[in-house]
Amino acid sequence: MLPGETAIVAAAALSDLLHEISRLGYTLVGPTVRDGAIVYREIHSAEDLPAGWTDVQQPGSYRLARRADSALFGFAVGPHSWKQFLHQPAVTLWHAQLADQGAVTFAAEPPERKRLALIGVRSCELYAIATQDKVLIGATYSDPHYAARRAGLFVVAVNCTVAGGTCFCVSMKTGPKVETGYDLALTELIDDARHELFIEAGSERGAEVLERVPRRPADGRAREAAEKAVRATAEMMGRQLETEGLRELLYANLENSRWDEVATRCLACANCTMVCPTCFCTTIEDHTDLGARRAERVQRWDSCFTTDFSHLNAGSVRSSIKSRYRQWLTHKLASWIDQFGTSGCVGCGRCITWCPVGIDLTEEAAAIRRTDLRSQTGREA
Amino acid sequence: METRASDPNGAASPAPTLPRATPVRRVIRESADTVTLELDNSVGRSFAPGQFNMLYLFGVGEVAVSISGGPVESQVLAHTVRAAGAVTRLLVNVKRGATIGVRGPYGSAWPIEGAARERLDLLVVAGGIGIAPLRPVIYHALRERHRFGRLIVLFGARRPDDLIYAREFNRWRAYPGVELRTIVDHGSSNWRGPVGIITDLLATTDFDHDDTLAMVCGPEVMMRFVRHALVGRGLPPERIYLSLERNMKCAIGHCGHCQLLPFFVCKDGPIFALPKVAPLLDMREL
Repeated sequence: MLPGETAIVAAAALSDLLHEISRLGYTLVGPTVRDGAIVYREIHSAEDLPAGWTDVQQPGSYRLARRADSALFGFAVGPHSWKQFLHQPAVTLWHAQLADQGAVTFAAEPPERKRLALIGVRSCELYAIATQDKVLIGATYSDPHYAARRAGLFVVAVNCTVAGGTCFCVSMKTGPKVETGYDLALTELIDDARHELFIEAGSERGAEVLERVPRRPADGRAREAAEKAVRATAEMMGRQLETEGLRELLYANLENSRWDEVATRCLACANCTMVCPTCFCTTIEDHTDLGARRAERVQRWDSCFTTDFSHLNAGSVRSSIKSRYRQWLTHKLASWIDQFGTSGCVGCGRCITWCPVGIDLTEEAAAIRRTDLRSQTGREA
Repeated sequence: METRASDPNGAASPAPTLPRATPVRRVIRESADTVTLELDNSVGRSFAPGQFNMLYLFGVGEVAVSISGGPVESQVLAHTVRAAGAVTRLLVNVKRGATIGVRGPYGSAWPIEGAARERLDLLVVAGGIGIAPLRPVIYHALRERHRFGRLIVLFGARRPDDLIYAREFNRWRAYPGVELRTIVDHGSSNWRGPVGIITDLLATTDFDHDDTLAMVCGPEVMMRFVRHALVGRGLPPERIYLSLERNMKCAIGHCGHCQLLPFFVCKDGPIFALPKVAPLLDMREL
């Protein structure tokens, strides 16, 4: 088979396909049910996937529910993103050693050469990975740990056949159909008569894997069924965000009173930044052993919602919650475009679902548009 | 007119944030809370005036410090450190012969080459420790006096003792075309100079607004007043440069801490032409 070619594989044969991938030396990571949520963890076969589960998502609310069928990918996205496997929550960067004479030596921690196969990557998540690529390996400096994990990736993407209540990838033009950046792309076709996967090879190694599993050629009807399923998902978006002129809108509204209003609800808990698949900010922690001989530098995820984040000797630059929420939202939807040429938002909806008070960035952006300081008549009473 | 380091340190390195073990060659006490660390530079690493390094003290932590010495090809790299935070309070106690970690240089530079091409007058306005990233400019302008017009240095500090580098003032003044004026917030029994704020000095300093490049570094509030005063005196904003400070962890544009709306201060700054940042500096908590 060649990249671009398609095949139909019975859902029951997915474990064969996963087995073929792991035989190439990849560790499989995929969605699985744990603690009442669908999270990404190491898996060993299709048995570990959330068969028959879906998720019900609203601002500040996430619940698993049973589906009427046994679909393997019949849900949207959960609290995890693939970020945790590529831009890891904690990475040791280097060690320092103090000798008797006071000399200090430094040694870099070599990147872990782990080859991961991500199973079930959604289109918005592929965009999120591409977005982090621009930050961490696309500029002057390259993060060697991210680069190593990124280079060793095998991606099995999934076209969404259901949208979550907080999804808005259609607005962000990041889905639901997978377009690029995958080795294999699956569309799950399930009804009373069948449970099959329409699979497209996106790379040579993807094609090689597909060749080794029981399959039949995909005819035009199968392709049409797959495309119809994804088109239906596009009609199911739980949210939408008007992106026209959004960057300029936010830049012109840094003093909009809406920021004061949202600050009365925002807890500055940082959940939105932790679940966001593109948020990349980190801090460093230096650990020293009790003998004060050996120190190590650890890079950890950080959040612009903490006061420490912008700390200077004179105090925090952004001491109010208002200013921190404004920083987060304007970075995500406006200044990211200046910095990296794309929006920092992929429309996955995680920040809406996992906000404990249900703050909805699409609603905040819409509220600012309604009260645009540039239009006198647009002001609310 | 902005210039950048042509070869950013460690860009191709397998560990871009790994410090280099660097001996402290000399420690110069500048004031009660400020020292200059002269770090070994026998490897001959070059820098551009305005750039900074990340200094790491074993078991304590890391902090961004401007390079405050010169010349560019010197055997030592000077960093002036004021005891102000958790790391700098211990960094000022470092002894000669100690080893610290250094990585850099990072960031944008003062546009002095452009100024030399146009043979502009240089107006250096510094508040407190803000003189540190400007001293390489002063050294450069003294050493290549013929390439520049006047060199006007306005330096304000809280108290007379905070006017660091005072032992060099007479040497600076000895060069032709150099004016150095100082002012303090609070005088002392032997202070004979003016008492007030830096804008008082600016108000009584003549400069040719058609032919002057201003470089400003100090507390953000000081820079706000100075830039408004400079613009008020007719200096075009595109010939006013500021050095900004933000929290920095990585210095390579990855950690996100130093953002100022579209900018990463570590790589787009710390030196900015005023028109790029003027509206942002008037906004609170950005």
